[in-house]
Amino acid sequence: MNTTAPEVSTSSTIGNGSTTGSGSTTEGVSTSSSTGDGSATEAPRTFLPRSDDDAPPPVPRATLGRMTADERLVRVGSWVSALGLAWLITQRLLPLDGLPWFLLTWFGLGLTVTAVLTLATGTRVEAVDRVAGSAITGAALVVAVALGSTVVYVAVKGWEPVSHLNFLFSDMAGVGPRDPFDAGGIKHAIIGSLIEIGIAIAITLPLGVGTAVFMTEVGGRFARIVRTVVEAMTALPSIVAGLFVYTVLIVTLGYPRSGFAAAMALSVMMLPIIARASDVVLRVVPGSLREASLALGASRWRTVWHVVLPTARSGLATALILGIARGIGETSPVLLTSGSANFTVTDPTSGAMQSLPLFIYSNVRSGDPVAIERAYGAAFVLLALVLVLFVVARLLARPRSGTRRPLFARFRRTVR
Amino acid sequence: MSTTLPAYDPAGADLVAPRALSRRARGADAVFVHSARLVGASVLVITGGVAIFLGWQAFPTLQRYGWSFFTESQWQPEADVIGIAAVVVGTFAVATVAMTIAFPLALTTALYISEYAPARIKPTLVSLVDLMAAVPSVIYGLWAYILIMPYAAEFAVWMDRNFGWIPIFAVRGGDADSAIPLLSRYSFSAFCAGIAVAMMVMPMACAVMRQVFSQTPPGEREAALALGATRWGVIRAVVLPFGRGGIIGGTMLGLGRALGETIAVALILAPAFDVKFRVLEQGGGTVSALIANRFGDASPTQLSALLAAGLVLFLITLVINTLAAVVVNRSRSGAGVEA
Repeated sequence: MNTTAPEVSTSSTIGNGSTTGSGSTTEGVSTSSSTGDGSATEAPRTFLPRSDDDAPPPVPRATLGRMTADERLVRVGSWVSALGLAWLITQRLLPLDGLPWFLLTWFGLGLTVTAVLTLATGTRVEAVDRVAGSAITGAALVVAVALGSTVVYVAVKGWEPVSHLNFLFSDMAGVGPRDPFDAGGIKHAIIGSLIEIGIAIAITLPLGVGTAVFMTEVGGRFARIVRTVVEAMTALPSIVAGLFVYTVLIVTLGYPRSGFAAAMALSVMMLPIIARASDVVLRVVPGSLREASLALGASRWRTVWHVVLPTARSGLATALILGIARGIGETSPVLLTSGSANFTVTDPTSGAMQSLPLFIYSNVRSGDPVAIERAYGAAFVLLALVLVLFVVARLLARPRSGTRRPLFARFRRTVR
Repeated sequence: MSTTLPAYDPAGADLVAPRALSRRARGADAVFVHSARLVGASVLVITGGVAIFLGWQAFPTLQRYGWSFFTESQWQPEADVIGIAAVVVGTFAVATVAMTIAFPLALTTALYISEYAPARIKPTLVSLVDLMAAVPSVIYGLWAYILIMPYAAEFAVWMDRNFGWIPIFAVRGGDADSAIPLLSRYSFSAFCAGIAVAMMVMPMACAVMRQVFSQTPPGEREAALALGATRWGVIRAVVLPFGRGGIIGGTMLGLGRALGETIAVALILAPAFDVKFRVLEQGGGTVSALIANRFGDASPTQLSALLAAGLVLFLITLVINTLAAVVVNRSRSGAGVEA
């Protein structure tokens, strides 16, 4: 039994290449059957592949993660060629003017050229893969462009009024809609928005988080009913919430249209959102933490106050801030419950109180070019406000460990 | 050191007798439980009160107008003719346009973020989608009103010219084949409003889909790759079937939001009260825009009619949202639905 053939060297690598390996194995089997002394007693043996000096050098394997130069060229080249083709078609051949048509043609042609080029060298499966990848990436780009165009357009158009300092620090009292930007501003709208959202937070924070605590920590049949109703009420359109408060508070009870009524409408709209989001956050607090606290002799109240709520603090903050971001930009409840005013009102209980979304809406509705410019300014401020709230929410919700680190967190670290 | 056993004391034997345990909260706990229950009850009263109040207020209207409230298209309180047929059709027209635009974009964006995006920028992209959902609707309305509407009108002219033989793309009086079509007939349409609403609901649907896609079991993904699947093959064979519940649920959640959207629609859509399916044509109406435009000069009877319209809108969105939650929860993916 010669298990080690003299010509087999230890240097012959196993992963040398499948062709040489299989060839040597069949050869080994044939020699063993010819020299074997009794096939019945023969045990299965292992044959090492022999190195074959005449074999071609092993082909380098295509790298898994990265594209080969060939593939990259096909991908980039097809888009470049589609660019030229799209220019030819839209500008020279067909009467399709305008940037949108050009981009649309480029996208369609790019997919076609990619498919054709891939089919020239590869299989149908590869072609489908590349076309699908390009189409998905392209559609995601469309969404990114839409978001970017919204933010940039509002910022560019709103910069002109906002660059005048009085835009932020004076109100529209005694200022006509056609007056230049040197006069008037949106101080009243900013103050109104902040007062209304402040009252709404004062109502929804204890009630929303309290309901979430009730649903997760106390439980029972009644909690299930509450949960069902709260989940159903997240479907309530915001205009209906506004109409509800308008009918009850203003028409039935005779309360004046005011900032407080607007805050109530915002609260009715935000309450289910915050309660439900907090419920989701509290439900993922590990039960072992609660049990550990209870086993140490803490009461249920102390467990909630010292263990559950601190554990979920960042998530609760996110839920609250996202609720605020929804509430501060909501126009329809405010439109119904508080009218527009041109001057600063700090007393929420009487008189119409202006707010940012309402200012934007009524100014755009007026149709006057200068008023629309002012609306852009207010939209810019509102967008900035939402952006700040949003970044704060993300920073609070950041996980403690370094597993998931958004870009701006790294930016913050580098700044520090 | 030796261990001392406690001496057996016959007198204290009754101390190890079974004792009564109670789940009833005492002291501070009782205060906590009862106050939590009180908070829950008050929230139940507030939120459930809205639904009950709507039904209570809507009852006289429904009693008075009966079925004609649902079949009449005109809203003329002066002539005592009130019906929501036109606005309900308009609501669904705007929502259908919005979902036609938003669904493919939401699906592909979710797929891009979960499958194609480099791992480094993935969290940032997720935040951007959430940010998109937080942008106030009035800003999307402004964006669509000023920036997008001219392009949308030109696109509508093109659609009318080439696909006008399909009834929903026809525009009456638009004069599409002339050299200078009447652009105003193509603006302020359900199509333009639908674009703004699509921007609002897209991030919401996308967030639900992406969350479900990201929960795809890595084992199945790797199995498909090991069998030689391409990236698209993995998506088709594993990710999409697994995430089907999330796709349906996210789409329906977006639809529920699209039906209730007010301000962008009120800003863009020119009010008109005829039942029409021609989405490219100027004019139309939705239930929410009707409420926003008509609440101010409404008498108590009209207010009741508006509340009845609001009730219908609420019931439609409620049914759709509940169905969405059921679909997502019962599917294999079973992801939580965030509203």
